[in-house]
Amino acid sequence: MNRGRSRFLLSVLAFGYAFLYIPLISVMVYSFNDSRLATVWGGFSTRWYGELLRNEQVLDAALLSLRIAVLAATLATVFGTMAGLALSRFGRFRGRTLFSGMITSPLVMPEVITGLSLLLLFVSLQQLIGWPGQRGFMTITIAHTTFAMAYVTVIIQSRLSGMDQSLEEAAMDLGGKPFRVVFDITLPLIAPAMIAGWLLAFTLSLDDLVIASFVSGPGGSTLPMVIFSKVKLGVTPDINALATLIMVFVSTGVIIAWYAARRVQRQTEKNMQAAAKQ
Amino acid sequence: MSGNNNSNSDSFIQIKDVSKHFGDFVAVDTVNLDIARGELFCILGGSGCGKSTLLRIMAGFETPTTGRVFIDGVDITDQAPYHRPVNMMFQSYAIFPHMTVEKNVAYGLEKDRVTKGEVKTRVGEILELVQMSQFAKRKPDQLSGGQRQRVALARSLVKRPKVLLLDEPLAALDRKLREHTQFELMNIQDELGITFVVVTHDQEEAMILSTRIAVMDQGRFEQVGRPKEVYEYPTTRFVADFIGTINMFEGTVADVGDGNISVDSDDASAPLTGLTDKTMQTGDEVCIAVRPEKIYISDHEPDNDEDTRLSGVVHDLGYLGNLSLYHIRLKSGKIVQVSAQNRRRSAERHLEWDDEVFISWRPRSSVVLTE
Amino acid sequence: MVIAGTESTRDTLWQRFTIAIPYIWLLVFFLAPFAIILKISTADPIIGLPPFTSMFDDDGSFVATVDSFKFLLTDKLYGITYLRSVLMAASATVLCLLLGFPMAYGIARSSPATRSILLLLIILPFWISFLLRVYAWMGLLNNYGVINNFLMWLGVIDEPFRIMYTDLAIYIGLVYSYLPFMILPLYATLERMDLDLVDAALDLGARPSQAFRDITWPLARPGVIAGCLLVFIPAMGEYVIPYLLGGPESLLIGRVLFDEFFVNRDWPLASSVAIVLLMLLVVPIVFLQRSQAKDAEGGA
Repeated sequence: MNRGRSRFLLSVLAFGYAFLYIPLISVMVYSFNDSRLATVWGGFSTRWYGELLRNEQVLDAALLSLRIAVLAATLATVFGTMAGLALSRFGRFRGRTLFSGMITSPLVMPEVITGLSLLLLFVSLQQLIGWPGQRGFMTITIAHTTFAMAYVTVIIQSRLSGMDQSLEEAAMDLGGKPFRVVFDITLPLIAPAMIAGWLLAFTLSLDDLVIASFVSGPGGSTLPMVIFSKVKLGVTPDINALATLIMVFVSTGVIIAWYAARRVQRQTEKNMQAAAKQ
Repeated sequence: MSGNNNSNSDSFIQIKDVSKHFGDFVAVDTVNLDIARGELFCILGGSGCGKSTLLRIMAGFETPTTGRVFIDGVDITDQAPYHRPVNMMFQSYAIFPHMTVEKNVAYGLEKDRVTKGEVKTRVGEILELVQMSQFAKRKPDQLSGGQRQRVALARSLVKRPKVLLLDEPLAALDRKLREHTQFELMNIQDELGITFVVVTHDQEEAMILSTRIAVMDQGRFEQVGRPKEVYEYPTTRFVADFIGTINMFEGTVADVGDGNISVDSDDASAPLTGLTDKTMQTGDEVCIAVRPEKIYISDHEPDNDEDTRLSGVVHDLGYLGNLSLYHIRLKSGKIVQVSAQNRRRSAERHLEWDDEVFISWRPRSSVVLTE
Repeated sequence: MVIAGTESTRDTLWQRFTIAIPYIWLLVFFLAPFAIILKISTADPIIGLPPFTSMFDDDGSFVATVDSFKFLLTDKLYGITYLRSVLMAASATVLCLLLGFPMAYGIARSSPATRSILLLLIILPFWISFLLRVYAWMGLLNNYGVINNFLMWLGVIDEPFRIMYTDLAIYIGLVYSYLPFMILPLYATLERMDLDLVDAALDLGARPSQAFRDITWPLARPGVIAGCLLVFIPAMGEYVIPYLLGGPESLLIGRVLFDEFFVNRDWPLASSVAIVLLMLLVVPIVFLQRSQAKDAEGGA
């Protein structure tokens, strides 16, 4: 009876990982398929990548998605950090339960509901105050900020609750007013969590299809919307190329971030060990 | 220090040629051991020496790469942990957090399909024995460390196993509690007559608890013997140094006599005499080792000519109430540790820093080490 | 940081400010929309912009109809669709649990070095576009897609086996997309569990299956609950996966909502659909939030 993984566990793990990755690998392989029939192999070619880069519709949509993602991620991080701070450090305040509930609901709400509700809001606002006139960049950004904020809050909250409060208390003992302490001590310490939150919000925004479909207007097509309209008709080879590009890009980013984080952690551990030895 | 008569010399636990390899790493290296029934046996060693691996092999959580394990004549090497007449007390206690103290202790009995009535009686008895009866309905997160330890002990004893394995049982306890628990453990073992195998890195603990100790290093047993044997007659440098404090003089054999040798050492200004029945030759590398309490210290020269004598200066001293500890710096620069009991209040002149002193010991108080 | 009695007005002020900004944002962009949905669900659909009647009559009196709700509750199609959505979401959740639990357990039990890589591999697909991952399955499940080609090449089947546009394809898509949501909370709970506990149970005489039932499962329960709800709740409203992978007979509530809104332009009906879906989900959502809060305070 070994503490090591039993054969059953190993085979389930192998199956699970294969299940997760085979589709992705298949797409990457077929992105180099010379044939127009996406799944019948016709030889190796990179023509779809070339075609992709000449496709204006895709490029415009990508640009729009990126602009929205950057703005939404930044707003979501700011608001989410504020909310996270409030929930972790401000104790009981009036309306806390409602606040907490509102923060975490978008995490699990089905996207169709979030999308529908926001569109109705925008329409009603349009009726009442004449804004927003044209749905598009602004409305999508607002929508993405709203639901991404929830994720950032959760990340910041868990980071704060795991953090030693005595650092902030020491700062206050030395004469720092709570406001300054937040900027001098707390924020620098949760900076990695804020970065992680920003990245997560960025990804969620870039990837969102349903909500964007609801709240956008004519001319405001995000990349997922363009992909979806193409894909509705079936598998197309240039989407294979796009998918591969995105996968490679994202994977590289995640792997780099992962190893950077681990290196920092290892370095901190090494430093602590060296200090302990002295 | 255990008041146990292990007159039964038939080995109750037999470990035969057991090795455990993890890839290239050899955790346990061809270990052989016989433990008699009713012994309180300690495996003593530093971290990474393989003692925990050996314990887990006995419990059934690891299968040895080679070798067999026998308990009471039965080969249990391939048996799963739930079939062995062996129970283990884990270092982390491993108390089930979602069950009360009672349920924790009863768990093993329930798995054996013992009747409810009997479960109740036996659980009650064992909780009495470890003095935890009033906590029966509590949950583990409401207990202190010492209390959890007793629950772990009760849980592993209630099934009346033939052998109880204990993994660093006292490591997590504070000093006073540890001393108290040491004696409790010994009493319980005496009363129930179960064979205990304890794994620990604390040599004081091993010395107090055990009938016999095995000192382990890098997967091998360096020495196996009674506490007194291991302390007074270590057979290797590792054992000598690991148990208690010892002064070691490295040198070469200058002269071989009848049962004794004369050793030249860079650390000492005069040759050191050692008694040994091993065959030695001049030029052999040896170590003369002597414990601090065996050394006499005085501000005047000792008159007994047989004793080895050296002179030096008091480099440091510490007064501990019951004894005084001295660090003496010899002419060679070597620091020798000497401890002396403060038998009388102020009979002689007290030794102070930088005093010139003489240290001496009887040759038979020292040990000759070749390994 | 709440130091009672010693706060200056300036300190409380900035605290209020920090709470207020996100609070107001959420009230406007999260809570208010739900009130609007409710309001619109009580209106009548008309042709025009916006395609529903106002809540107030010309003379200012309050007008609300429950026509759309009545329609929803009487027309069997909707009832069946809700039911089908619940069943699909529940089945997908169970499948995710069956596959995800052993995986989470295996990862939790592996050595720290391996564990890091295994976790990275689980998280990686999560960051890759959801849409693209579903798309990837289209290529595999097609009649002349990779799987069928492979099986025909092996000689196992002669004609393509129809997977695409069936319920099976939807299940595969659901499990594929939501598996990381099941694995991560399960892993978090299992990782916290003292590995010695299972060994202790075995040592006391429990067989591996008994040790699992008595020790591992009860202690993993918070993670199981979190994982199941994190899959079930969003799966209930899934739109993309059934659209791309499912057939016309696999109509799910997410699609219904979308179609009523964009295709039929019946906003009140769409709103009612949303309200009823929300009501179905309120219980699990509250349950999840309670269980998260308990987990954060108490710990396993």
